[in-house]
Amino acid sequence: MPLSPLPAAARQSQPRLASLKTKQAKFAFTQPSVRRPGMREAPSGDPGTSRCVPLLQPVPEKASSKVDLTSQDESEKKPLPAETKSFAVGIFKGQIITEQVFPYPSVLNEEQSQTLQELVGPVSRFFEDVNNPARNDELEQVEENTMQGLKELGAFGLQIPIALGGLGLTNTQYARLVEIVGMHDLGVGITLGAHQSIGFKGILLYGSPKQKEKYLPKLAAGETIAAFCLTETTSGSDAASIRSRAELSPCGSYYTLNGSKLWISNGGIADVFTVFAKTPQKDETGAMKDKITAFIVERSFKGVTSGPPEKKMGIKASNTAEVYFDGVRVPAENVLGTPGAGFKVAMNILNNGRFGMAAALAGTMRALIGKAVDFAANRTQFAEKIHKFGVIQEKLARMAMLHYVTESMAYMISANMDRGASDFQIEAAISKVFGSEAAWTVSDECIQTMGGMGFMKEAGVEQVMRDLRIFRIFEGTNDILRLFIALYGFQNAGNQLRGLQQAIKNPFGNAGLLVSEAGKRVRRRAGLGTGITLKGVAHPSLESSSEQTVRAVDLFAGVIEEQLLKHGKKVIDEQFMLKRIADSAIDIYAMVVVLSRASRSLEQGQATAEHEKVLCETWCMEAYERVAQNLTSLQSSSSQQLFKNLRVISKALVENGGVVSPYALGF
Amino acid sequence: MAAAGLRAMVGVKRVIDYAVKVRVKPDNSGVVTDGVKHSMNPFCEIAVEEAVRLKEKKLVSEVVAVSCGPQQCQETIRTALAMGADRGLHVDIPAKDYENLTPFQVSKILAALAKKESVNLLLLGKQAIDDDCNQTGQMTAAFLDWPQGTFASEVSVDGDWLKVEREIDGGLETVRLKLPAVVTADLRLNEPRYATLPNIMKAKKKKIEVVKPSDLGVDLTPRVKTLSVEDPPQRKAGVKVETVEDLVAKLKESGRI
Repeated sequence: MPLSPLPAAARQSQPRLASLKTKQAKFAFTQPSVRRPGMREAPSGDPGTSRCVPLLQPVPEKASSKVDLTSQDESEKKPLPAETKSFAVGIFKGQIITEQVFPYPSVLNEEQSQTLQELVGPVSRFFEDVNNPARNDELEQVEENTMQGLKELGAFGLQIPIALGGLGLTNTQYARLVEIVGMHDLGVGITLGAHQSIGFKGILLYGSPKQKEKYLPKLAAGETIAAFCLTETTSGSDAASIRSRAELSPCGSYYTLNGSKLWISNGGIADVFTVFAKTPQKDETGAMKDKITAFIVERSFKGVTSGPPEKKMGIKASNTAEVYFDGVRVPAENVLGTPGAGFKVAMNILNNGRFGMAAALAGTMRALIGKAVDFAANRTQFAEKIHKFGVIQEKLARMAMLHYVTESMAYMISANMDRGASDFQIEAAISKVFGSEAAWTVSDECIQTMGGMGFMKEAGVEQVMRDLRIFRIFEGTNDILRLFIALYGFQNAGNQLRGLQQAIKNPFGNAGLLVSEAGKRVRRRAGLGTGITLKGVAHPSLESSSEQTVRAVDLFAGVIEEQLLKHGKKVIDEQFMLKRIADSAIDIYAMVVVLSRASRSLEQGQATAEHEKVLCETWCMEAYERVAQNLTSLQSSSSQQLFKNLRVISKALVENGGVVSPYALGF
Repeated sequence: MAAAGLRAMVGVKRVIDYAVKVRVKPDNSGVVTDGVKHSMNPFCEIAVEEAVRLKEKKLVSEVVAVSCGPQQCQETIRTALAMGADRGLHVDIPAKDYENLTPFQVSKILAALAKKESVNLLLLGKQAIDDDCNQTGQMTAAFLDWPQGTFASEVSVDGDWLKVEREIDGGLETVRLKLPAVVTADLRLNEPRYATLPNIMKAKKKKIEVVKPSDLGVDLTPRVKTLSVEDPPQRKAGVKVETVEDLVAKLKESGRI
């Protein structure tokens, strides 16, 4: 699994802080990055170290830009794309950018939709009739006949072009099929995801026509299996620190690859590996510098071996193993992309796969909710069906909202990717964080609703819970992704502020900007709306939810600006604050997503429109409260005290090697 | 005729999926079909599988899948094409007429098509899981005046003859039919394959021809009127008895013994 959790774009804007790098070294002992995610890959990271480290690592390619948010020194910064279309990025600047979120996107044309409907039936049926998740879990591998059936079904080449033997599905079509997999068996999901979401995705995205023709047809048929090899013992979240090396032969015809990779999903069964290794490259000044290069390596090359399957908490059916490369001769034509550009290859592979996780988890939640509802509707206690009790009703209602949000995010993002959007990384990160936590909560509440029955293996929910746990860890831990979401947004907002400062220097040239920006700030400070609105895009009957969303954005942007002015470039050190900012950004994105989806249902007069309206209103009501609470706490001095206390407690624990307070009885 | 030249036609009916809980319409005129998952009748799937296997054994040269009903029937035909049928025939019947369609009219349609397509072997499911009529195969054979092998659990081709093992009460019966013939598939005839995703994509290129019942000279006027469709009676709660004596007494009381 992979590595670095951050999308490429993010990394390019990451701060490079030497001092923090040392911290990272300290953390790097555990290494755990666990494997990959559901359908996509996973990254890596070691849960242990992931807390801050990755954000701090230097960016290997391109000059890294500093995150100094307000400095006037332009020389070191890489300009950001002029106008983002991302809603989530916009809110950091107090903007409501509706292009990607309203109306709720529908990107499938009639034929694509028809094709997809035809595929859904057989895939569902396969998972209902043939696949046995409990058996796969027990065997700690996908049953042989199931594996064979999946290959025949075509499940190993969903997005490979038809001409090369695959199904040529769009991201949205892929999401719908992956959702079915998520409903039934996450272990199988990871097996398929490690193969196509990350294993050979590099060939699909960066392969030469020759490489595609050579490898993709067999991969599509499942005749060969792929794996993604980035993570190493000493390189989890900090992907740029890999030690595997490949040296070009003097004749230039092959590289000699040495190194070992850890926790590789499909590592023990794969035939084709996407491997990342350092290669010496000439930089602009002509000096030799190590840069990462991506390679396609076959198991049949001499010197490729793998370890035994690792024992895990969940997704046991998915094979996870170490992979070793010992003096492997890799033909020069097997370089994937440009030599030295491997880091970008790795990040783009991961970034392109995240939406699939949210889609799979939406499926998982749908299945869990079905079980909980079935139990609640039939179980009698105190002479009543238990769904009549408020404590159960609240659980079911919350499960439904979490599912609705996750599903709406997954398909909004896949649709935006399908229509060519390039700025979706924040939304993709949000969907991963939200989906993995929502699914965990839903599995927990499903078990709680079912009581003792839910705890029994027979009910099939405990396995889902074990399988789900990894989703909050791989593909970038949720903690890291929260920091990423907040910092990426802060950086954008900082750039805007900087623009404003420039405008102040030259007020005549920028009068319009100054007037509008100054006006907004004055109005925000006075507690008035800044004029941003969702009127005309959200359905009129959802006015209260629209207003809550707009107010949340206003409040959010105000706090972002305050924090920027207060901390400047040091904003990156304020992780307690960043976490709360990220939580609010996630809540706000969730609000707008359900607002958009429920609006569409209402406009189309769908039979479920009223139900969706209630889901949306309820979600927005509570999310607004949470956002307001999170943000106002940041404005108060008590939060500073709180953060200080938390730091003090943690420090004491670490110094003491564990709990500091004595046993209650004194011994 | 030479076996290799056999032309097979298979009937595929679109029915409410077997896993769906069927609901009766409030006005008792029928069952709710809008927004309900439909799929190919399972016995029709078995018939398709058998035809495709005969083709794979090179005993059949072409497999044509036929379905009667509204536009959505083409989805069912597509499934048959994805399983290996060569082309489709959609007998387009508007939804309103389809509600009153019975095996009588379907048999006439199939008989007409079998002649038009010069079919040697007509394979059908033994019955559909929605109306459970179990009539279409038999009536079609009658209209065509062809021999029939119903409830087939094994089919083999022998020159111009067909050997069919039939499931009958208490055992199996083997009959020998002179082709052309009608065969209806029982549950144990085979285990149908899954339509794989690549085959579904390939099936998109296969042709589906649309014909109207009137083109075949078939009159759709209903002969049967549905008076009322109702849910099965709810099962009533039982009673608990303390002893065997009580049980015997109760059974006697209710006239069961």
